[in-house]
Amino acid sequence: MTSTIEAPRSPYTRSAKKSGVNWEKWGWIYMRVSGVVLVVLIFGHLFVNLMIGEGVSALNFAFVAGKLTNPFWMTWDIIMLWLALIHGGNGMRTLVNDYATSRMSRGILKIAILVSVVALIVLGTLVVFTFDPCPAGAPADLVASFCKSL
Amino acid sequence: MSTATIDNKPAIPEEIKSFTATIIVRRFNPEVDDEPHWQDFDVQLYPTDRVLDALHKIKWEQDGSLTFRRSCAHGICGSDAMRINGRNRLACKTLMKDLDVTKPIYVEAIKGLPLEKDLIVDMEPFFDSFKAVQPFLMNSVTPVKGKERIQTVAQRARFDDTTKCILCAACTSSCPVFWTDGQYFGPAAIVNAHRFIFDSRDENAAVRLDILNDKEGVWRCRTTFNCTEACPRGIQVTQAIAEVKQAIMRGKA
Repeated sequence: MTSTIEAPRSPYTRSAKKSGVNWEKWGWIYMRVSGVVLVVLIFGHLFVNLMIGEGVSALNFAFVAGKLTNPFWMTWDIIMLWLALIHGGNGMRTLVNDYATSRMSRGILKIAILVSVVALIVLGTLVVFTFDPCPAGAPADLVASFCKSL
Repeated sequence: MSTATIDNKPAIPEEIKSFTATIIVRRFNPEVDDEPHWQDFDVQLYPTDRVLDALHKIKWEQDGSLTFRRSCAHGICGSDAMRINGRNRLACKTLMKDLDVTKPIYVEAIKGLPLEKDLIVDMEPFFDSFKAVQPFLMNSVTPVKGKERIQTVAQRARFDDTTKCILCAACTSSCPVFWTDGQYFGPAAIVNAHRFIFDSRDENAAVRLDILNDKEGVWRCRTTFNCTEACPRGIQVTQAIAEVKQAIMRGKA
């Protein structure tokens, strides 16, 4: 109650309505839709990785490599990657809009969010599609069992 | 026949004790001060007194320069919305017994609108948003002479909640999005748009939905429920905003 809330940074009068895509609307819808899908994807992911079978102790390079050769899990992971990063990035953009007061800091922070989201999406997509589950010369006890037959 | 006797003395109503409460008001006089400052007053009050009574006592007995708005003083005109202990309330509806009087009570102007003096803010930006949603009945058909526009009970009930708005600005000035972005329409404007969008007698719901489907329209709402919590009339403000969002997505009321 002793905190001071200054006058808003932008003028009270609205500028004339611009034509084109209403990004705030589509952003809002995206957050809702992706949120629902992510609940299923993330909890499914956690359930399969941490609870089924041997549980968390089954997690190692071979386990992940095995999953990433299965087209089902590749699809699952790629959808989860894109939806979650864009969802998180858009949420961070909202926070920056609320809390960054100067135009400069707002711009810098939003560009930083955009760059990191794009970088993580590109890297993650590359891993999912170009991953080699049986690196040459790796010890047999560390890689998936199907590597022996290669 | 027994003799009527008075066994007990007539019950004396329990005396309501008065107490001294400390009211700390955020003062600002634009002719003297550069910055607002807090000033405290000790006031003798009853639990049944309201914060407005405390402000009256200060103004009438201690410092006549204290400036605040109030008109009806009964929770209908919407003049005396202010921030009491950090929450937006009507001073005329907040009883002292509902506050913790062992601690000072902080009273300041509502936030997010330009401060003019003490507890008074410039309400023009708030009313500009209100005007922008065209809050009046639009209907091209004239009813038969001497007849009203007919509406069923269910049709009236559809927008009953949002007819209660008294435009006190408690909701809009509690909205964190409005605090940072003055271009956001704010909850009160959306509530008053809702009142006509869902009125079966009105024909221009599409126009209002189009106005609110703006970059600064309903999509800025983040459902923090500050507005619902602040509304002195108990309007489910956040729900009304959500209903307008749904109507925009479906393209009809």
